[in-house]
Parts: sequence; C-alpha cells; structure tokens
Amino acid sequence: MDLGEINPVLLIASLMVAATPLLLAAIGELVVEKAGVLNLGVEGMMIVGAISGFAISVETGSPWLGFIAAAIGGAVLSLLFVLLTQFALANQVASGLALTLFGLGFSALLGQGYVGVKPPSMGDIHIPLISDIPVIGPILFQHDPILYVGIALTAAVWVVLKYTRVGLILRAVGENHDAAHALGYKVIKIRILAILFGGACAGLGGAYISLIRVPQWTEGMTAGVGWIALALVVFASWKPWRALLGAYLFGGITVLQLNLQAAGVAIPVEYLAMSPYIITILVLVILSADKSSAPASLGRIFHASH
Amino acid sequence: MIVLEKRPQPSKAWSYATPLVAVLATMVFGGILFAILGKNPIEAIGTIFWEPLFGEFAFYYRPQLLVKGAPLVLIAIGLSLGFRAGIWNIGAEGQYIMGAIFGAGAGLAFYPLDAFYIFPIMVIAGAFGGWLWASIPAFLKVRFGTNEILVSLMLVYVAEQMLASVSLGLLKNPEGFGFPGSRNLQSYESAHNAELIAGSGMHWGVVTALIAVIFAYVLLNRHMLGFHIRLTGEAPRAAKFAGVNPARLILFCLGLSGALAGLAGMFEVSGPSGVVSIDFNVGYGFTAIIVAFLGRLHPVGILLAGGLMALTYIGGEIAQSQLGLPAAAIQVFQGMLLFFLLAFDLLTNYRIRAAHSEVA
Repeated sequence: MDLGEINPVLLIASLMVAATPLLLAAIGELVVEKAGVLNLGVEGMMIVGAISGFAISVETGSPWLGFIAAAIGGAVLSLLFVLLTQFALANQVASGLALTLFGLGFSALLGQGYVGVKPPSMGDIHIPLISDIPVIGPILFQHDPILYVGIALTAAVWVVLKYTRVGLILRAVGENHDAAHALGYKVIKIRILAILFGGACAGLGGAYISLIRVPQWTEGMTAGVGWIALALVVFASWKPWRALLGAYLFGGITVLQLNLQAAGVAIPVEYLAMSPYIITILVLVILSADKSSAPASLGRIFHASH
Repeated sequence: MIVLEKRPQPSKAWSYATPLVAVLATMVFGGILFAILGKNPIEAIGTIFWEPLFGEFAFYYRPQLLVKGAPLVLIAIGLSLGFRAGIWNIGAEGQYIMGAIFGAGAGLAFYPLDAFYIFPIMVIAGAFGGWLWASIPAFLKVRFGTNEILVSLMLVYVAEQMLASVSLGLLKNPEGFGFPGSRNLQSYESAHNAELIAGSGMHWGVVTALIAVIFAYVLLNRHMLGFHIRLTGEAPRAAKFAGVNPARLILFCLGLSGALAGLAGMFEVSGPSGVVSIDFNVGYGFTAIIVAFLGRLHPVGILLAGGLMALTYIGGEIAQSQLGLPAAAIQVFQGMLLFFLLAFDLLTNYRIRAAHSEVA
C-alpha cells in the first residue's frame, strides 16, 4: 500500500470529471421534479444518450456532434415517458421503470457494433497563463468543455428557477397543478418541456461517461449513475447549487475509492466498489427527515377534468 | 379533438383486455424492430412464441418454461403485494442474489455431510437472506421515511459486489483450480434442488411458486391483511380511517417480497445454475417487475404473465441461435411490453370521446 502515490491535485481534477455526468443528469431531473413530475427513467435516458453520443461521434469523428446527438437521444426517449404519463396518464413510478428497462435493452442493441471501438477525443481546454498556474490551473482550468457546460447549466437553472417568470410558472405547476391550471397555465405543456429538458440533460450526462470519462462503450456502463442522480436531487433539496456540491461529493467518493483500489489498500476491491452506493443510502437516510422542500405535486397525475 | 373522460368505475372488460392488446401491439412493433434488424418479422415472432411450445424440439424447451418461469412468478408475486399498496420494491435483483448467497452458503457449510435436513436449512437461509436485504429499505422507510425505491435499487449494486466478493473468496471452490465460483451444488446430493420428476423441469422452486400464487390469492381475497393492502393502494385516506398500520404494512410487503426473491435465488443456485459465480444473476428481479404489471398485480394473472415472459426468454434464445437475432432485441421486446401495457391501461380508467365544440 502506498498512499503517497495519490496525487491530490490529480485527485481533485479527476473528481470534477467523475462528478460531471452525475451533475448533468441531476440538474435535468431537478427541473423535471420542480415541475411536479417524478421521472425514474434517468438511468435509461443516460445509457441511451451514452450510446447515441458514442455512435454519432465515432461515425462523424466529431465529439460535439456526438453530444448533440446524445441530448437528442435522451430527449427522444423521454418523449416515451411523456406519452405514458402526460397523455396516457400512467403511473409515473411504473413508467420511469419501463423507460429504464427499455433504455438498457435498446442501448445494448444499438451498441453491438461499437464494443471495443475508440471514440474521437474532445481534448481539454487550454487557456494560456490561467491554465498554467500551478495547482489551481490543472484543477480548474484544464478540463474538457462539457465539464464547464455542466457548471454553466447549473447556474442557468438556478437563475431561471429563482429570478425569472418562466421559473415561477414552472414551480407553480410543480407545487399545485390544479391552481396553476386554474390560473390559465398550460400544465401539460410545461411539464412536457421540463421532461424533454431532463431527457436531454441525462443524455448529455450519459455521453460524458462514454466519450470522456471512460471513454469506450460497454453494455450497462452507466452502472447506477442515473439512480444516484435521482438520490442527488433529494440530497440537494431541489436546489441547483446543492446538486453541484452533492455531485462533487459523490464524484470525490468514486475517485477516492478507485485511487485506493489502485494504491492497493488492505480493503478488498469489492467493498471499495460498493462504497458509493452505501454512502448514497446513508445520505438519503440523513436527509429524509426533511421533506418540506419537495414540490407538493411531485408524482401526482394531472387530468383537467375537474 | 379527442378528450378523455374518467370512468366512474374502472372498466372490468378493459382490465382483462389490456394485457392481451399490449402483447399484440408488442408483437406488431417487435416485428417492425426485427424487420429493421434485417430479420423476417413473422419468422422471428413465430420462433419466439411457437417454437418453444410446439416446435421440433419442444420436448426440450417445455421443461425450460418451468425453470425460467418459476423465479419470475415467485419474485413477481412478492412485488405485486407491495405495488398494490404503493410500496415500491425495485431491488428484487439484489434480494435474489442475497438469497442465493445465503442458501448456497448454508448448504456448503455442511459439505460433504450427507443429511436430509440440509436442503430445508438452505431454503430457510435463502428466504432469510432475501428478507434481510429487503428489510433494510423497509426499516429505513419506517424509521426515517427514506425513499424505498432508491434504497432497494442501490442495494442491488451492493449485492452484486457481495456476489463478486464471495465467488472470489468465501464460497470459492477449494478444488476449483483457482477459478472463481463455488462448488457445484448439483453434484452435492443433499443440497441439490433436483427435478422432482426427471425431464419435467419441475423442481422445488416451481412448487413453491405455485404455492405462493395460491397464498397470495387467499391473502388478497380472504384475509384482513390483504384487504388492508388493497385499501392502502386504492384509497389511502380510507385506509387511515380503517386503522391500517402503515409501518406494519411496509415491513410485511417488503419483507415478504424479499423472502420470495431470496427463495427464487436459492432454488436457482441449488438447481438449474448450481454455482455461485460472478455472473449468476441474469436480471430476473427486473423482468419480474414487468411480469407483475403484465399480470395486473393479480396472482393468477402473474402466473400467466410469468409463463409468457419465460416463453420470450426461451424463444429469444432460439431466435438468437437460429436467426442470429441479438440478445438485446429480446430485452427491448420485453421493455416494449411494459410500455404498451401502461399505455393501454388508460382505457381501463378513462373513456376516449370525440369532443363536441366546447362553449367556455
């Protein structure tokens, strides 16, 4: 065992990379839940995003097109959730599970020809001077562009939810859909847009795993990140900045356990590998006492007949 | 313009018809999918649904129906009780793994002793393992109000790591030349869940699944607890007034579904699979969710749905070897089934009407 081999600068830098897929998916789901919809299909949308992004960037040679395709892929899959929950008025828990089961199978089908293929690399941003500052440079200013997109998205969602009219309407729909309907807001339309946004974000998060974090394609490669993202929204009490904090915390745990595995700590690999899931459970337990910040209409079906 | 009108009472006819309509729609869209993959859709659908039952090698495949159907039915029966009451155990896959580890562990602890009581002890240990794993989310929900969906799901990943750990360590075959995986329980007579009638596919897991169906039917229709489960799901407020104890209900529904999933895992590891290995679990715990919904959360429906889902598993394998249909295509097919089921369920609760021009 040699803990001295773990480089703290690299550790923090890779923590941010590990956190980004979680952050992207969680921010999307946060908006969906703020609109009063519980979409448990995050894992399914992420994995579909992962393979659509991977396939398109391999075919076109452009990671940017890949990420766009991933966002579209995630949104298209979430459209199925829209059909089920907003038009067929199906149970949201069951529909979300259906989305995940279908997404896992569908991505495996799409990805058959892509196992073992290497995707084109996106390359890191390098800003002269700033990126070369010791310690701070490698940690903050030498990453791929999508990582910064994740942070920008967090800021944007925070501003929109907190300071704009659109955010106010979205929250109204999530808190009390009957009242929002009575005020003349199009509850279903707003929710559809929120779900599509969530799908696109989850797709981006998935593609970040297959194109940057890993980068290759294997079946079921999201390995529960989508579910952790759902837990993260609860952890964040539906607040964007706390989602960022939570994502970095979980990213940190993931990276740390990988580093400990590599350093050959006396703890068996399996126990280290299960630690992020166990810590997720612990965090959920600690935070579940306070449910006051959850949107009041979360998971309830809206039908404008009354 | 089309509008939905809520039915005063859910339609009985549609409630029976939706699973059939969903299966038909899945066949049509599945056929389209197979056609896109470059296979003859009619041949592919025929291979999946006809070949295992009436094809040339049906004598081999029919017993497989029981082998694949039993764990699905066993798990789905447990899940359906919780789903009815709005208690979502989606971690059956983890409970299935823990049942297998506990069951196999109990059996291997006696190796090479030959005694009649070993198998019953394994059955109890398997059920206990599943119960224990499902009781974690149940306890956390009762004590702290933690979301059981996320906790039970997280525990699947923990269980998978446990499985890897014991197949490489604790339960590894000492005579296995260093390969991961336990001793084969099939060659340890006292622990082997053998076929009760040779060549029929009928093993103790199948018997237990049938008992579970009857038990669930009686529970739901003739017992106070079953009434409370249905009441909590259909009218939560009324359930409160009727004095239903939600904590007891959560512990019961999650615990029982865990125990049944654990039993399924134990019967699988001591019978058809034989070995505790890293890739022991094949997703029965997740497919059982589809089975539970396809069976409309009704015990008899689940029995039929389990049979149908087992058919798609076996037919899928045949189509894989004969037509080169990718394994993932069957997974998509099964996922589609759940989609159509949920979508067509609309017709049970709502009536579709062409709206007349409305005056505001």
